[in-house]
Amino acid sequence: MGGWAIAVHGGAGIDPSLPLQRQEEACQALLSALHLGISALRSASSAVDVVELVVLESSKGRQKRSSGYWPCNCFRPNCCPCGSNSLDPCLWILWIRFGSVRELELNPLFNSGCGSALTAQGTVEMDASIMDGSTRKCGAVSGLSTVKNPISLARLVMDKSPHAYLAFDGAEAFARQHGAEIVDTSFFIIEENVIRLKQAKEAKSIQFDYRLPSKGWDTCASEAEQMVQMNGVPISLYSPETVGCVVVDALGRCAAATSTGGLINKMCGRIGDSPLIGAGTYACNICAVSATGEGEAIIRATLARDVAALMEFKGISLKEAVDCAIHERLEDGKGGLIAVSNDGHVICGFNTTGMFRALATEDGHMEVGLWD
Amino acid sequence: MEACIMDGTTMKCGAVSGLSTVVNAISLARLVMEKTPHIYLAFDGAEAFAREQGVETVDPNHFVTPENIERLEQAKEANRVQIDFTQPAKGDIRKENAEANGGDSQIGTVGCVALDSHGNLASATSTGGLVNKMVGRIGDTPVIGAGTYANSYCAVSATGKGEAIIKATVAREVAALMEYKGLSLKEAAAYVIEEKVAKGNAGLVAVSANGEVTMPFNTTGMFRACATEDGHSEISIWN
Repeated sequence: MGGWAIAVHGGAGIDPSLPLQRQEEACQALLSALHLGISALRSASSAVDVVELVVLESSKGRQKRSSGYWPCNCFRPNCCPCGSNSLDPCLWILWIRFGSVRELELNPLFNSGCGSALTAQGTVEMDASIMDGSTRKCGAVSGLSTVKNPISLARLVMDKSPHAYLAFDGAEAFARQHGAEIVDTSFFIIEENVIRLKQAKEAKSIQFDYRLPSKGWDTCASEAEQMVQMNGVPISLYSPETVGCVVVDALGRCAAATSTGGLINKMCGRIGDSPLIGAGTYACNICAVSATGEGEAIIRATLARDVAALMEFKGISLKEAVDCAIHERLEDGKGGLIAVSNDGHVICGFNTTGMFRALATEDGHMEVGLWD
Repeated sequence: MEACIMDGTTMKCGAVSGLSTVVNAISLARLVMEKTPHIYLAFDGAEAFAREQGVETVDPNHFVTPENIERLEQAKEANRVQIDFTQPAKGDIRKENAEANGGDSQIGTVGCVALDSHGNLASATSTGGLVNKMVGRIGDTPVIGAGTYANSYCAVSATGKGEAIIKATVAREVAALMEYKGLSLKEAAAYVIEEKVAKGNAGLVAVSANGEVTMPFNTTGMFRACATEDGHSEISIWN
């Protein structure tokens, strides 16, 4: 195959009754991020620069919508935002013309940065990690509460510190030393998540054995929805946690980046999979992976590393490795991932109720989706 | 201080970072594993959990020794982050010794891997981190798959330069080579230490489900000991 490829995700585990408008907005946000990455790839940016940019750009300004939108399919190639002439009849793209760039990290639709899930104390603790597959250098941050762009701080840790992982006060101090943009923590707290936190507490969602349904929780939702939980939180209250991007560039270099606002009602100081190299993020010279979902299950499964290890040690394809990782390695856990291989393949796999994602390859294939 | 524990039978794990008052970091990691729905707690949140659980805490000064202060001064002077604790050298040869030993002596991180008589595997690692590290720096010890890992194939505890161990996912790598490539424990561990981590950066101890033990390292020495039920035992520092 060959050529560049890119995938972005906005988290796994979507409420099946998410309003259609929110679904459309999510598609738009995903496509916008994807196109940003595509433009960068076309300008010969390196994989690690592209993944950071896609996850980061969200922090540079809010989306300005111009009036109107139209549905488009690839039978009318001129309206494809990438300018491609692909006539893949399987694609249906719904998108909006943007006045300026739209972010992932600061898009309240996706939990990470603005719109972060609140801890049990109502505070914000953001994590991020980035890995450059060609060098296997990596950078990660945890426990941020005032840094506007966690993914860029992770990149600074990778490039400008002798370490791979900084957290909490030390990470915040490093951010200030290096002139990273700092805001008041209230910037990341939105009304919707304050309400969600209250509801999650009421649902007593985080229990020791979170796979058991909450006792005494009554709801009008269908029985199926009652039983569907993500990370111990009823799916109707759950907001997908994370954004991520994986890229293989024109030179076959792979990179991955993941950024999260955490888990609703989590214990303060809880760290999930997103900043852990090998769990939520991994890149080597064979592939790059960004995972999302039930953080503890992803950590136990060392999910991102396992995709690469399966390819490297068993010699199987990217698709086979992702299938194995999702369907065998996660065991009882729920999650999803996006991955690219050095020969230009890109894939998404998940065992959750939906995953926000968008993929594109150099030969013009593009897709955006929420559900199976 | 950081610590991590993993049960290879259940794949349950617990990790803590950023502790400054907890006397037994590894026991707190175990409590995270057993008493919370999470795996990893850090800094203030971990300290708060420790108090909730009533574990023993002391003043942070308890952990600061004159030797450590001297090591820190040496490291700052050499503008270096040291892999671990060298002997604080005296007088004129101080700088030379520090450079010669920098990266090669291992006292600060401790780890243990075990296979019990029922065939269960487990791993635990605990560290005070790097001399002269940045505040808030997290190393490989609490990162599942990097410094600590256990599954039904093997249990691994690694030590050395955390950043190198993280990017090589050392502990998981040993297990993955056994599981996906069918290597023996010795072959897998040797391969990871020799090929996947730069010289001078790592060592590990590991046991496998069939009772193999291995303790490879690419530093000039590693404090280690092992024993098996059939009576074999070993204590070593050097090659």
